[in-house]
Amino acid sequence: MAEHVPDSPPDAPTLSQLFLAFLAISLSGFGGTLPWAYRMVVEKRRWMSAAEFSEVFSLCQFLPGANVVNFSVVFGSRMRGIRGALVCFFGLVGPPFGIVLLLGALYARFADVEALGRVLAGMAAAACGLIAATAAKLAEPLVRSRAFWGWGIVLAAFLAIGLIGWPLPWVLLGLAPLSIALAWWERR
Amino acid sequence: MKPGILATLATHFLVLSMLAFGGANAVIPEIHRDAVAVSHWMTDQQFADLFAISQASPGPNILIVTLVGYQVAGVAGALVTTAAMCGPPCLFVYFAGRVWNRFRHARWRILVQAGLVPVSIGLIAAAAMVLARAADHNWVAVLVTVATAALAYTTRIHPLWMFAGAGLLGLAGLV
Repeated sequence: MAEHVPDSPPDAPTLSQLFLAFLAISLSGFGGTLPWAYRMVVEKRRWMSAAEFSEVFSLCQFLPGANVVNFSVVFGSRMRGIRGALVCFFGLVGPPFGIVLLLGALYARFADVEALGRVLAGMAAAACGLIAATAAKLAEPLVRSRAFWGWGIVLAAFLAIGLIGWPLPWVLLGLAPLSIALAWWERR
Repeated sequence: MKPGILATLATHFLVLSMLAFGGANAVIPEIHRDAVAVSHWMTDQQFADLFAISQASPGPNILIVTLVGYQVAGVAGALVTTAAMCGPPCLFVYFAGRVWNRFRHARWRILVQAGLVPVSIGLIAAAAMVLARAADHNWVAVLVTVATAALAYTTRIHPLWMFAGAGLLGLAGLV
């Protein structure tokens, strides 16, 4: 199990330690798993320094995909190569996949129970609020930076997708190059 | 079950996974547009319900695609959408992780990221809007959304408490 992988550190965690750590991260994370990943990997187990964490995390944010899922793959591969990556990924995604599947089956079975519908209506209203708060937190550095072009891009993306309902590929194709050009123009 | 549906799900979510700059939340409006308006896989209300379930479950928020897949094509659908949504980004990040230090401080890399950040923020704000239009049918629901947003933004109260409160208001027939 703990077979040595050439490019992994000699005191790297074993595959089962990795699996259990990402299982724990996954099951503690409601509405955002990132803080739990940081607590586990940096503060509790000290498998990475804070600087290494932010270095790896910047990659995970740079590329598309769920940040924490991306993180599990890069972190796992740094510790134990490809097998480490697979183990961390399945620890993070596998168990919640099972839970959500069970809840999905219950929903499909009991969707017409009126009381359940009412509870879910309340929870759905709250879920929208959580996403709105996430957007607001992400926007904080932008608001402080007073980069007005950035506010314009935020507004354009919000209008095009949230109010008009245009398809995402076209909106990205138009807005992403424009936004990158504006970032370049600001720092030229 | 029609065999074509799994291939359709796979194609949709493979493409979507490569557009998910800013994570799963940024592609919620596109999943909604596709599942409700274009493909008619479910109603607005069902989508809002599934989203609430995914948020109130532990794990990465990407699991909304698992629930959509399950709703459309059962366990096979759930496996297909989850694998399609995770596959390409995991492959990219696995290989990019080996060369990241070479271009991490490159000027183009920093400019691309600086440009993508406001786009993702706008998309996540749009996700809140799209979901609110699907979920909020009366002014009490709108109030619950606004109150949850304010609490989540200003306090560190665990989201499960907010779901419990909102669920109780719903059960009481107020939402």
